[in-house]
Parts: sequence; C-alpha cells; structure tokens
Amino acid sequence: MKNLDSVFAAYIIGWGVFFVFYLTIAKRTANLRAELERLKNSLPRK
Amino acid sequence: MSKRIGLGFVATLLVIASAYASFYIAPEERTMGLIQRIFYFHVSCAWAGFTAFFLCFIGNLLYVWKRAQKYDWLGVSGAEVGLAFTTVVLITGPIWAHPVWGIWWTWDARLTSTFVLWLLYVSYLLLRTLVEEPDRRALLSSLFGIFAFIDVPLVFGAIRWWRTQHPQPVIMGGQGSGLDPTMKMVFFFSAFAMHVLMAFLVAERYTLEKMQTETDLLAREVEAQ
Repeated sequence: MKNLDSVFAAYIIGWGVFFVFYLTIAKRTANLRAELERLKNSLPRK
Repeated sequence: MSKRIGLGFVATLLVIASAYASFYIAPEERTMGLIQRIFYFHVSCAWAGFTAFFLCFIGNLLYVWKRAQKYDWLGVSGAEVGLAFTTVVLITGPIWAHPVWGIWWTWDARLTSTFVLWLLYVSYLLLRTLVEEPDRRALLSSLFGIFAFIDVPLVFGAIRWWRTQHPQPVIMGGQGSGLDPTMKMVFFFSAFAMHVLMAFLVAERYTLEKMQTETDLLAREVEAQ
C-alpha cells in the first residue's frame, strides 16, 4: 500500500477544510440570529 | 431551513459515497498506483470551485446591471465557497505531486494560474472589508470580481495551450486523451457530489449575507431612534 498515507492526508485535509468552513458559516449565522433578535426586541412595539 | 438541512444531509452522503467509489470501485491506475485516487477528489473540487466562481461572476454582472443587493450576496457567496474549493485543490495537488514528480510545487502555467486565481479571490474578499458604504462596496467588488473571473478560463486552458509539468487533460482533452469507463463514471459521480456540496455551502453563505444586511438595516433603525 505505497502512498496510502498521502492519499489519506489529502482526503482528511480536504474534508477538514470544508468542515471548518461550514462551522465558521454556522457560527456566524448563529451570532447574527442572536443579534437580530436583540435588535428586534430593542425596537419599541407598534 | 429544513430544505437546506436536507441538502446538507444529501451532500454529506454523496461525498462519503464518492470517496467509497474512489477507493473501492475505481480500478487502480497502472503507473501511479494508489496515489492516483486523489484525482477523483482533486479534479472534482477544481470543477466545483470553477462553478462557484462562475456563480460569483453571474452575481457580479447582474449587480452591475440591476444594482439589486441579492446579486451582491450571490457574488460574495460564490467567491468564498470557490475559494474554499480552490484551497483544497492547492493542498491536494502538491500531496499528489510529491510522490509522482519528486517535487511539491513548480511554477508552470497551470499551477501558477491556479495560485493567481486563489490570490484574486482573496483580494476580492479583502476589498470588501476595506469599503464601508454598502452600495459602493458591492459595486467595486463586482467590478473586481468580473475582472478576476478572466483567470478561470486561463486555468482551464493552461494544460491545453502550453506545455506544463501538470498532466495533460484526461477529460475534454481531445484526441489521444481519455479515461477507463469505470474511472470516468466514478469521476463524474465525484464531480456531482462536490457540486451538491458546493450548492449547499453557497446556499448557507447566501443566507448569512442576507441576514447580515437585515441586521445592518435594523441596527441603523435602532440607532436613529
């Protein structure tokens, strides 16, 4: 199984990049959702 | 929301299935052996990245024409997702190259134009952080994005037009090129899986950008009171 470590590394690093990218989007979305909720509550009710 | 979760679930399943197909269904390549299996991941990511940059380009063109914010959201979403895919291409390429070429990197036309593509879209995102006024930011980055997209056909054509260290194309490469039918099937399945993943990430990023604009508007409204 020559180069198995290289193939393994390529797939794991690649998937890692996508996973971290998705996590940053999810985190930013959750923070914005909380901020949006806070701003809506700070507006006087009509 | 549930549609997006469904798309994410389907994308994850497809990516896992494509990895399985790359390792267990595709036959072993005669000269490179096991390391060639990176091809299914590396080239699929490159194609999905090109598609994401194309979405960015369409968003940029439409913004310049119609000046509607939704096109700017599409532009930035395509750029960021395309950059993630190109980053994976730039990482997996050298991992594949090292055992085969004996070097990690060389400044040939394909590798250099891909690196320039990555730098152009990093610059696109940096440019957006430098301009505060939303309409001006959207217009400037759209104009820059239209210019940046010129590099995509250059990357695609580099191995067709010039002699490079990077292998010649096996898909759409003209006479004398081609793939074993099973390898071709696995490759197109992997490319499809990566495109579904790309669509999911663009949808998520687009929602984030839309929410950011809503938050900014509401913050201004609160401040004005």
